[in-house]
Amino acid sequence: MSEARPHRRLGRGAAPFLLGLPSWLYLAAFFVVPLVAMLSMSLATGNPLTGYVFSWHFAEFGHAIGRYQDQLVRSFWYGALSTFITLVITYPVAYWIAFYGGRHKASLLFLILLPFFVSFVIRTLAWQFILSDQGLVLGTLKSAGLLPRSFYVLSTSTAVIGGLVYNSVAYYVLPLYVALEKVDRRVVQAAGDLYASPASAFWRVVLPLSAPGIFAGFLLVFVTNVGDFVNAAVLGGPGTNMVGNVIQYNFFNSQDYPMAAALSSILMFLLIVAIYLYARVFGAETIQDYAA
Amino acid sequence: MSDEKKTNSGYRLDDPAIVRGLTQSRFTRRNVLGAGAMGMAAMALPRFARAASPAPLSGQWADWWKKQKPTKELVFANWPYYIDVTDKGDHPSLDAFTKKTGIKVKYLEVIQDNASFYAKIAPVLKAGQSIGNDIIVITNGWLLTEILMQDFAVPLWQEKVPNFFKNASPSVINPAYDPGNKHTMTWQSGITGIAYNPKLTGREITSFDDLWDPKFAGHVGMMSDLYELGSAAMLKLGIEPTKSTPDDWKKAAAALKEQKDKGIVRQYYDQSYITALENGDTWISQAWSGDVFQAHAKGFKDLKFIVPEQGGMIWHDNMLIPKGAANPLSALEWMNYYYTPEAAGTIEDYVNYICPVPSAQAYIKDVIKDAAVADSPLVFPSQEMLSKVHDFYVFKSYDDNKAWTDTFGPIVQG
Repeated sequence: MSEARPHRRLGRGAAPFLLGLPSWLYLAAFFVVPLVAMLSMSLATGNPLTGYVFSWHFAEFGHAIGRYQDQLVRSFWYGALSTFITLVITYPVAYWIAFYGGRHKASLLFLILLPFFVSFVIRTLAWQFILSDQGLVLGTLKSAGLLPRSFYVLSTSTAVIGGLVYNSVAYYVLPLYVALEKVDRRVVQAAGDLYASPASAFWRVVLPLSAPGIFAGFLLVFVTNVGDFVNAAVLGGPGTNMVGNVIQYNFFNSQDYPMAAALSSILMFLLIVAIYLYARVFGAETIQDYAA
Repeated sequence: MSDEKKTNSGYRLDDPAIVRGLTQSRFTRRNVLGAGAMGMAAMALPRFARAASPAPLSGQWADWWKKQKPTKELVFANWPYYIDVTDKGDHPSLDAFTKKTGIKVKYLEVIQDNASFYAKIAPVLKAGQSIGNDIIVITNGWLLTEILMQDFAVPLWQEKVPNFFKNASPSVINPAYDPGNKHTMTWQSGITGIAYNPKLTGREITSFDDLWDPKFAGHVGMMSDLYELGSAAMLKLGIEPTKSTPDDWKKAAAALKEQKDKGIVRQYYDQSYITALENGDTWISQAWSGDVFQAHAKGFKDLKFIVPEQGGMIWHDNMLIPKGAANPLSALEWMNYYYTPEAAGTIEDYVNYICPVPSAQAYIKDVIKDAAVADSPLVFPSQEMLSKVHDFYVFKSYDDNKAWTDTFGPIVQG
């Protein structure tokens, strides 16, 4: 240790950088390198036989948007809708656990997480089984004469959005719970003391104070859901493919790597723009206002 | 191998510089033209032309084969549920082979579908490295053509596989996708036809036109495989797939688009089409012959499989030796062994697709005593049935294939 002394000043100046080094290396290796590889592949031309050559071929982006605009728009629409539905479903759950969970909070949260110990794909496949035309639900309703014989849920956009909601519940409950748990109960009581009805105390005190959780959960779920391809592949039908499905198709089936890379880049760019706008409109200001 | 290039760093799929550096020299214009011309020459031959005898090796590959030393190992990569298996997990056919030849077989069920398996092995083979398998099984189609065009497969030393020329069904000899069986020998064939549940359709199904029946709206299963999908539509329109042109493809795509826009198609399925049939989601679906046989065994007795009046499509899963294989002589030994009635019969009694060895029928009937399989026209199709089925179009170049996928891709991806 005594040897460290002469270097102390240098050490002190460099310490933050040295401490930050692992995360910089991590970012460089697992974010910057793949990102550059993806961007350079999106500008390449060629085919799987001759190989792909980097050539500043920006036209690929035009082709990608021209050919797959439906899937791009659909991904954002499904992503936004499913995230909103998830919020509406999970907010009361998180609220109830945070305010009335008492000493069972940990067990209740564990119950929310429990289904997630089973693989995501298996759980989605389970819905395929549950919702099948002659299955548990529809089969019973049909034999009771409550539904027409050819009615179905699978292969529709309802099934895909439902799957997206189902798979993102836990990712929304947790940030909401953390935000609601932090809400100071005395503030709520104070609202009551000042003659606020319970409803108005919720709308004007609890909801604004939980805004960081709503915001964080929205980002987490929205970004994941826009890029998802499993739900559309397993529960969808003709006309429900999302951008993740066409990226997968171009990568594995037609081996059109530039197209797949261009689509991935476009998706990433659109997500960044969407998140930026979202943060501008709802995010930064709201959070700062209420936090203050 | 002489042309093996060693790269000490891991090969990155998406780096164009590396891809270019490793592939440019291996793929020349001459190769494309050569392969294309060969393909067309073969198509001019009558369909069941029998290869007279094993073709002798020539050139560098003759030298290469003569240099190979026999080994006592074999690594065989195949699809799941594609070989005989006992309750204990043994494979009697492989054990009999080991007993006879002393060659130990490492049997891997690693091929889930052609595209994803190819995506895994292509970069390795392009880098001139070994994928660690001595035999792989690939379906005829663009990917197989691509493998052959890129010289990823070792030409077979046919004189070491006399049983193939003695016992193989005419339907797998000298196929258009691999003239003269230069690189491949069929493991199993299968027919793509129509499966349906008469209880749900309410009537018998006879034709591809039934897949377009609006009465089944929302309950018709089509395949997401673009080659299956496009070929089915062409057969409906009376177009012979092997002789089709890009204009025919457009007509077929228009018919498929109409079918989709009218809400007739429930979904474009991969292998999961069989689950949709079993669950009753689809009442009628494009289907592979062997799957329906196996669905019956699982207890779904209602399902029926037919070869439509227009005929079905026939496909072949083919064994080939990838470059860099460590035990190529063992691989030939296995291929020769497979083309005996005993081995093919033992395997076929479990697999139930179409057996490439007709004489296995008698073996299954008389020795294994399993008349259900031996008498099944789906496992041992009659000459009449075989004359009704159609081969897949053989692509002549990457652009040719791209024209196909660009025509039919948008339907599935909508």
